[in-house]
Amino acid sequence: MDCLPVDTVRQPTRNHIETIEKILCKRLHAIGPISGERSACISARMRRLKANRLGAGIPVPKMEVHLKKLISGNEAFARGAYEAGVTVASGYPGTPSTEIMEALVHYKDEVYCEWSPNEKVALEVGAGASLAGARALVTMKHVGLNVAADPLMTLSYIGVEGGFVVCVADDPGQHSSQNEQDTRHYARLAKIPIFEPADSQEAIDFMKLAFDVSEKYRTPVIMRSTTRVSHSSSMVEFGKRAMLRNVAFVKNPPRYVPIPIWGRKMRVEVEQRLTDLAEAACVSKANRIEYRDRSLGIVTCGIAYQYTREVFPEASILKIGWGYPFPDRLIREFAAGVDKVLIVEELDDIMEEHIRAMGIACEGKSVVSPIGELSPDRLRETRARMEGREIPVAEPLAEAADLPGRPPVLCPGCPHRGVFYGLTKHDVVVTGDIGCYSLGVFPPLSRQDVILCMGGGVTLAHGMDKAGEGRKVVGMVGDSTFFHSGITGLLNVAYNKSAATIIVVDNRTTAMTGHQDHPGTGRTLMGEATIEASIEEIGRACGIKRVVTVDPYDLGATEKALAAEIESDEPSLVVSRAPCPLQTRTMVGPLHEIDQEACVNCGRCLKLGCPAIESDGDTVKINSLLCAGCGMCFEVCKVGAVEVKEGGAA
Amino acid sequence: MTTSVVIVGVGGQGVLLASEITANAAIAAGHQVKTNEVHGMAQRGGSVIAQIRYGEEVLSPLVPEGEAVVLASLERIEALRYSRLLAPGGLVVVSDQQIVPTTASSGQAVYPTDAEERLKRVYPKLLYLKAEEIATRLGNPRAANVVVVGAMSRALELPLEAWREAVASAVKKEHLDLNLKAFDEGRGAK
Repeated sequence: MDCLPVDTVRQPTRNHIETIEKILCKRLHAIGPISGERSACISARMRRLKANRLGAGIPVPKMEVHLKKLISGNEAFARGAYEAGVTVASGYPGTPSTEIMEALVHYKDEVYCEWSPNEKVALEVGAGASLAGARALVTMKHVGLNVAADPLMTLSYIGVEGGFVVCVADDPGQHSSQNEQDTRHYARLAKIPIFEPADSQEAIDFMKLAFDVSEKYRTPVIMRSTTRVSHSSSMVEFGKRAMLRNVAFVKNPPRYVPIPIWGRKMRVEVEQRLTDLAEAACVSKANRIEYRDRSLGIVTCGIAYQYTREVFPEASILKIGWGYPFPDRLIREFAAGVDKVLIVEELDDIMEEHIRAMGIACEGKSVVSPIGELSPDRLRETRARMEGREIPVAEPLAEAADLPGRPPVLCPGCPHRGVFYGLTKHDVVVTGDIGCYSLGVFPPLSRQDVILCMGGGVTLAHGMDKAGEGRKVVGMVGDSTFFHSGITGLLNVAYNKSAATIIVVDNRTTAMTGHQDHPGTGRTLMGEATIEASIEEIGRACGIKRVVTVDPYDLGATEKALAAEIESDEPSLVVSRAPCPLQTRTMVGPLHEIDQEACVNCGRCLKLGCPAIESDGDTVKINSLLCAGCGMCFEVCKVGAVEVKEGGAA
Repeated sequence: MTTSVVIVGVGGQGVLLASEITANAAIAAGHQVKTNEVHGMAQRGGSVIAQIRYGEEVLSPLVPEGEAVVLASLERIEALRYSRLLAPGGLVVVSDQQIVPTTASSGQAVYPTDAEERLKRVYPKLLYLKAEEIATRLGNPRAANVVVVGAMSRALELPLEAWREAVASAVKKEHLDLNLKAFDEGRGAK
């Protein structure tokens, strides 16, 4: 067994990337380069495992497997960037992209990593680093690229120095997103290359390739992931980190300043670059033809490649890993080599439209839905449709027909609940925003009336107010969202004299995506102490006169403050502040329970929508495994039936 | 030949740890492995699913319908939601834990009182375990997920040593003894 490279033992130790050598070395205390002696022990263990398996009559897979590691696509993107010699990385959290930066920061001694306040800032930070000569990675989810689109469009003209890759994770199926937009459109719009890996190994390999392409053609590059690439794990081999580039910005205004006289010249160069890139895409290892049976040829990309091979094992495949500019020559060669062409792409018909425009007859969205994510099951339907077979409809299971739904909910002890509960006392319109508090839309709280985008909670409220909405309009944003894009909206509320009440529900973290730091937390992604931007002071600096801070666990005080601000016709800012208990991992207070003798089953506590309070219609109980001890149920109970659980002190 | 396993439950119950142990056991036994997990919004107390596939070459990380040889559930009614994934003759392991969703507590729906009967009707090969009770007896109710993994392990052709190594790799050293006991209890459960 070969010695493992030193860096494999300094890998992120997050549980789900446990690797085979880690499993085997755990008992050997292998925290350091693996010596020959340790290596021999590991081999002996593997031989023993092998012997066990032979004894059990199970075929033994190839032994080199033990050098591979099981890591998620997001961890692989980070590893690929590390191996590519990235020295600056920036991003804004967003499912399913968040873990890329969280994995990359494990290399913080060699890679500067930051959470930027928003995606536009992150992309510009990366662009600056690249123009100074460094290799830079920027990460975000698909809707984040809308925020960052402005700098990306012109960076395409200016071009880059050090390799520049923006890794964007789409969310087909909208598992955690407000829309299902297809990032591939941006590659065409910005006239830049896009790569689409199909598993974790390709995430590493394509990342390195993308940086090379970026530098060679001086172009920003998009690395497109999707939920099932980012959050699936598969086995990879690690490589070495590339040599680092020199950093020294070279003054060259005609190249870096797109004033019209120079911008027009850049415009021409962008088109020439696209022609060159298309040729490179045709010979790139990222695009390949797999000939099998020639009667059906399938063009596919990203994760859809895996599903296609699963469901059409006999078909020939043109696997597209470098999706734009289109590899026309390769497409023509493939189409000429098969009888019939089918395009299997997740979301929009981007390849199909282009291939049809090339004059090649094909099927695509006629048999593969553009809506929602693909899966082997959906492709089985596609296959049945193509073969004219009936699509078997599974009998719905009677035993599962009436199961209660289990939508995501505000956690037990969530401080947002106090604000939502306070708002249930008022007939107001609440313009909401993107974050955990989106969950306030569900009954029984039902206090999010519209959600548009990051920062939209503030600005929509102002627009509704100016339109003359009869009810009071309340805009709500989270802390991370406020720093992301709520500040300009708040400035507008003050500047243009809105009567809207703006509430910032500050739980001291970016909670929904898994607790990332932001400019208000006092800590950077690299774990350093830093400034704690004050939401109240920003509000006052914007010109808001009425600024009030509340403790959302104090329902009485929260209700009173909300009532006063909702009453007022001046612009006002309410900051509800309490840390997310899921992050602090502490009880908010003592465990509570319900005295069944005293409980009159009035249902008042159930109006909090707390998952720890369970009712079967007759009795109400508090699940002590779930209770976070926030005491809101104690506060709302009018008959004193909620009490501190015996021995339940925090 | 790809072997598919599905583990479901409610966010916060330890579905991902159970998935990790299973994947690591398959790796320790020398297989190629792919897994898929739910992150983000779906985790906030929602229904959670983890999928593990292993074999010589694994393509899709998603388990196709009717291919899971084991379906494990850390919550009693969650097992009923994913029946379409189970292969004919597959083993179903269900922890009898009951977590009532807010949809039921707020009166919009009813949590079934006959979950066990339903499970028996739907799944001919069912192991209905008091996993939480077992884990509590061993010292920590949170180890219920490892009891379930132990029970699952009987239907998967992976060496016992690989499972034990996988448990060791996934839990903190100070919790190892308890978790290995939890695994063994699950593996021996009737």
